[in-house]
Amino acid sequence: MIQYLADGIVNAALIALGAIGLSMTYNVLRFANFAQGEILTAGAYFTLLVVTVLGAGIGTMGPIAFGWPLLVSMLVAIALTGAVVLVVDMLLFAPLRGRNASRITLIMAAFGVSLMGRNLVMLMTGGEPFYYDFYIPRAFALFPGFEVVPDDLAIVAIAGLAFALLFVLVNRTSMGRQMRAVAENPTLARVNGIDVRAVIRWTWIVGAALATVAGALLGHNTQLRPEMGFDLLLPMFAALILGGATNLYGTILGAVVIGLTEALAVAIGLSGYRAAVTFAVIVVFLLLRPQGLLGERE
Amino acid sequence: MMEGMLSFAVFFLVFASFYALCSLGLNLQWGFTGLFNVGVVGFFAIGAYASAIITGPAYPDTLFGGFGMPFPFGLAGAMLSAGVAALGVGFVTLRLREDFLAISTFGVAIAIQLVCLNFEPLTRGPNGMYSLPRPFAGLFATHAFDNVLYLVVCLALIAGVYLAFERMVRSPWGRVLRAIRDDEVAAAALGKNVFAFRLQSFVVGSAVMGLAGALYANFQGFISPADFLPIFTFQVFVMLIVGGSGNNLGALLGGLFVWFLWSMSEQVMQALLPPTALTQAAAARIVLIGLVLALMLLFRPEGILAERRIVSREARLPRAPKR
Amino acid sequence: MAEALLAVHALEAGYNPSLPIVRGVSIEVREGEIVSVLGPNGAGKSTLLKAIAGLVRITAGRVLLDERDITGLDTHRLVRARVAYVPQTENVFARLSVEDNLALGALHNQDRFDTLRQRVVALFPDLERLRSLAAGKLSGGQRQMVALGRAMMADPRLLMLDEPSAGLSPRLTRQLLTQLTRVRDSGMTIVMVEQNARAALSISDRAYVLVDGREEIQGDAESLLGDPALGALYLGAAPGTRSR
Repeated sequence: MIQYLADGIVNAALIALGAIGLSMTYNVLRFANFAQGEILTAGAYFTLLVVTVLGAGIGTMGPIAFGWPLLVSMLVAIALTGAVVLVVDMLLFAPLRGRNASRITLIMAAFGVSLMGRNLVMLMTGGEPFYYDFYIPRAFALFPGFEVVPDDLAIVAIAGLAFALLFVLVNRTSMGRQMRAVAENPTLARVNGIDVRAVIRWTWIVGAALATVAGALLGHNTQLRPEMGFDLLLPMFAALILGGATNLYGTILGAVVIGLTEALAVAIGLSGYRAAVTFAVIVVFLLLRPQGLLGERE
Repeated sequence: MMEGMLSFAVFFLVFASFYALCSLGLNLQWGFTGLFNVGVVGFFAIGAYASAIITGPAYPDTLFGGFGMPFPFGLAGAMLSAGVAALGVGFVTLRLREDFLAISTFGVAIAIQLVCLNFEPLTRGPNGMYSLPRPFAGLFATHAFDNVLYLVVCLALIAGVYLAFERMVRSPWGRVLRAIRDDEVAAAALGKNVFAFRLQSFVVGSAVMGLAGALYANFQGFISPADFLPIFTFQVFVMLIVGGSGNNLGALLGGLFVWFLWSMSEQVMQALLPPTALTQAAAARIVLIGLVLALMLLFRPEGILAERRIVSREARLPRAPKR
Repeated sequence: MAEALLAVHALEAGYNPSLPIVRGVSIEVREGEIVSVLGPNGAGKSTLLKAIAGLVRITAGRVLLDERDITGLDTHRLVRARVAYVPQTENVFARLSVEDNLALGALHNQDRFDTLRQRVVALFPDLERLRSLAAGKLSGGQRQMVALGRAMMADPRLLMLDEPSAGLSPRLTRQLLTQLTRVRDSGMTIVMVEQNARAALSISDRAYVLVDGREEIQGDAESLLGDPALGALYLGAAPGTRSR
């Protein structure tokens, strides 16, 4: 049982990394970004591209089966993913915002981007799974009866580091303060001299960066498939809703709950229904606390 | 040759009918009531499986179903099942704001697909349900005539749904729906039970999607979870957007037009590309349809046929300022 | 007399080009003045300020700030032109702390943050005590202080206030008006829109009265205050009997 817990935590870390971008676009741009999963996928494949171009493998760090080459590739991939996301925003979402398009129009556009992104990856890779490197997880006993994989520990540590950086950005920098201001009241933010367009750019970039980290780590841990990000979309949304939608820490906490719930579902033999279990958690939560989900009035 | 063309056209139109019905159902929910249902395929799947269980043969490995009842019972059962499912889903989700509704319905569709895939005692899981009875089969020497008859049934059902919806949206009931879509608070202030109206619209629209699912199942004679993927929902959305949401005729035309593009692109790609590239070809078509959607949203958001103003001229006010 | 700091010429603005709400308004605000814009509900007072702030589309006319044309300026550039605007409602970032609100006000003056903050705290000493509270948790009067303080952190030459007394008790209104005169004395020029005409006139140098999107009457505050016909027509009821 406790073994499933460890899986749940790793899963939670990946969900949280992805869901933060969702939460940021939800609060700053005010729509549910159905293409968030594909940002994650893009990050994973861009990392693969860089790993391949560098040709240095993914390295190792002591017992961990990946090292600097993968991390450096990931950082380059963050720039590439961020650039793609900004171009999509410029071509599609920005004109829609400029027209004061409804939230639903934005969601629909995102739904379209999601399908296009997934199928572009399919088109370019032929749909075959890819791997960064040949990797067999080797577990060691942290204490009797509880084994952990060094890579899993590394994943959780990297996620923790990313959250710490995010915390500093949001709470200790001027851009973070501006993001919170735009999230709360875009008009007042503009009156205050905040360039909302710049804030929106940074929102996309930060979300894409964390999603790229999630994608690369997920790709290392499993495999790269065109649907890898899309399959995480529902858990990410669930984390967002559980966390109360307007609060980044809530989103992380929500991700932990979802990750553990999914691990529990697997533990009791419902692995085929994993996503459905996630969904059931949202539904139960919605039934119990509908008012907590409505977020702030606009 | 001529016969081949004709039978292809019939086949094409039968499939277009499934989409047209879903598009009409979604138009009631979204076009007229503003409910963003991302789970169209879920209700379509429920209809298909319900009809398969009601009309299909008994399989050795299922615990329930195989009632072998006539086709009309399958249709009715499909509408009923999808409607009941919509009632449950709607009851939980329709009080939410629009984007949470979108997320929830998206989740519903995934959950339904997982049930189809994993709940083998009912659905036979990935093996699917086969040998579903095709109405009119065996009445004629060739399949071509069955298909024509089937098409007639589909068209009659579409006509029925279309006329019913046209009546409904012009009735006081439909007026309330549009009022809710345009200004929920004002509608509530007028003493309308917003939730009840939304629920009714959601249930009726979903029942029509269920009907489409039953027609699909009994035409194909075989269904499996792979038939019910999110791309289906997306196609229906593109149809409605291209046709013009809020316009029933637009919903039908959009269904026909987008299905035409979709099928033609398949034919073209099959003719041009080697069989080894068919995965890529399918992906390319989806990218293409995504592009169509994006361009429509950007350059003609009202669709080919814009919503007709059903409001009388003197009652019309200039659009309220956006603040 | 010096040139006007703010000069609005024949301004037309509104949400719908065919139905302008402000229909040809000209006003002038000179350096160091407090000028009130008065008038009945729906006269276009708030829309006038929003148009100057770039929040409502201007369809005709010009806005000059110190002889520089700022007509239709991007809202977020207004602060750099040294104009601060305080909306009537939702004028603080409710989820952010008082200190964060002040910091956001000084977005383009980070290097002078301490000096600017000292000036604000000298005027509104309570803000020091409330600094770490979320602005949304404060009372109406305290929130108004945060809103004014935030605007002052931009070190504006011109402060535009939309109904600063809205929702405040008569006592708090008097207190606010005293504070506004002190804000002016610290070197800022103020133009404010007010329902509460008598209160506004009591601290104003001059005033404009808008009716139906046009400016009907202008004059110095004292003569307007003493004009009974005007009071009956446009200025609403006497203090104490206001219904809002």
